[in-house]
Amino acid sequence: MDTQAAISGEIDGIHRDSDVEETQPRLDFAPYRSSVLRHPTKDLHHADPEGVELVAPVFGHSDVDPLEADLTLQPGGEPIGERIRVVGRVLDGDGRPVRGQLVEVWQANAAGRYIHKRDQHHAPLDPHFTGVGRCLTGDDGSYSFTTIKPGPYPWRNHENAWRPAHIHFSLFGSEFTQRMVTQMYFPGDPLFPLDPILQAVTQQSARDRLVARYDHEVSEHEWLLGLRWDIVLTGTHATWMEPSDGAGDEHA
Amino acid sequence: MEPVMSTPDPQQLVPTAGQTIGPFYGFALPYERGHELVPPGTPGAVRLHGTVLDGAGVPVPDAMLEIRQADPSGNVPAVEGSLRRDGTVFTGWGRCAVDPGGRYSFTTVEPGATDEGSAPFFAVTVFARGLLNRLFTRAYLPGEERLEGDRLLSGLEPERRGTLVASREDDGSLRFDVRLQGEGETVFLAFPRHGR
Ligand SMILES: [Fe+2]
Repeated sequence: MDTQAAISGEIDGIHRDSDVEETQPRLDFAPYRSSVLRHPTKDLHHADPEGVELVAPVFGHSDVDPLEADLTLQPGGEPIGERIRVVGRVLDGDGRPVRGQLVEVWQANAAGRYIHKRDQHHAPLDPHFTGVGRCLTGDDGSYSFTTIKPGPYPWRNHENAWRPAHIHFSLFGSEFTQRMVTQMYFPGDPLFPLDPILQAVTQQSARDRLVARYDHEVSEHEWLLGLRWDIVLTGTHATWMEPSDGAGDEHA
Repeated sequence: MEPVMSTPDPQQLVPTAGQTIGPFYGFALPYERGHELVPPGTPGAVRLHGTVLDGAGVPVPDAMLEIRQADPSGNVPAVEGSLRRDGTVFTGWGRCAVDPGGRYSFTTVEPGATDEGSAPFFAVTVFARGLLNRLFTRAYLPGEERLEGDRLLSGLEPERRGTLVASREDDGSLRFDVRLQGEGETVFLAFPRHGR
């Protein structure tokens, strides 16, 4: 197995050759070993979205129960851990709120263990935590989840490899082209520079956008700590024909 | 008619970076009947299925696909009900995690074309452990005359077009394999405004 020093050296080398225009992770990022055989070697083909690609799936109150936004609500008792609330807004690339859209989250428990059957980490399961949540965004694009802070966990990318604590997020926009899955990180984690998944985002400014910030306004007296994290999806393609005053007919 | 500009002056924001779905989404994202856009046995139901393969030709056991499609008349549904399917509403969206052999299977209906001059297709998104960001592609219906004049397909090198066209199996199902890398690598798409 490679050492952390070897992995970190590879990361540094790639970062030196990256440029400020990069905002998305490299798909070809060898320090993340599992990516080696799983990235396309040909350039992505630039296409104009058509038909279904311009319309995201719709989710509503028949799909999502408001209680699914509280991951600490568990039958039989409360999960162990630092109780937190993560709030933020989902915006599109033009700064407009994504309204009434599905946000899904999943995470490890406070000890860094997922309930997933293939998670072999020798850390305890929490009988009162599954680590799965969903909600619909509000009219201002806002979402809110109450949960516990997940622990960092080891993985087998290299010797003594640890993932910084994170919450996985799955997001939809108003177009299918805006679909994205990402991870939210916690401020000040010393594991950031060591982690090849986060470092596959080669620019510091782009990595910083994956880190939530502590928000005391969200914290509650003697109850929980607040974090704020806004998510920006890619831009839509239909902005110029957005209906207004009934003038929403065809592509003009 | 003049294009209607959105108001107020839109502020361009930098998109948040994607990250891999990782290995442990299985308890969170897949859900009951996620892969059944129509109930099995529905008249006109067809199976869209295939295998996700890596650069060594080995099945990827921890990938997930989502599809978005029109109904057979080419209408794009924008209705809720995908997460708790009641068997009567066609939402045109589905999700399927692959099995340990890298195989996925949706039960759905064949989409109609949404635009004149383009061939009907399923829009497909691919997620996997080891894949640092989602990939977009299309699975076109086979045997369509309109494949010839399709805008996207005609812009591709001829030898790569086939990677976007499903094949018809003897049992009538549609097969669409996803090759992430290497020989027969699937054409993956970038849309304007995706950044890099
Ligand atoms: Fe994770």
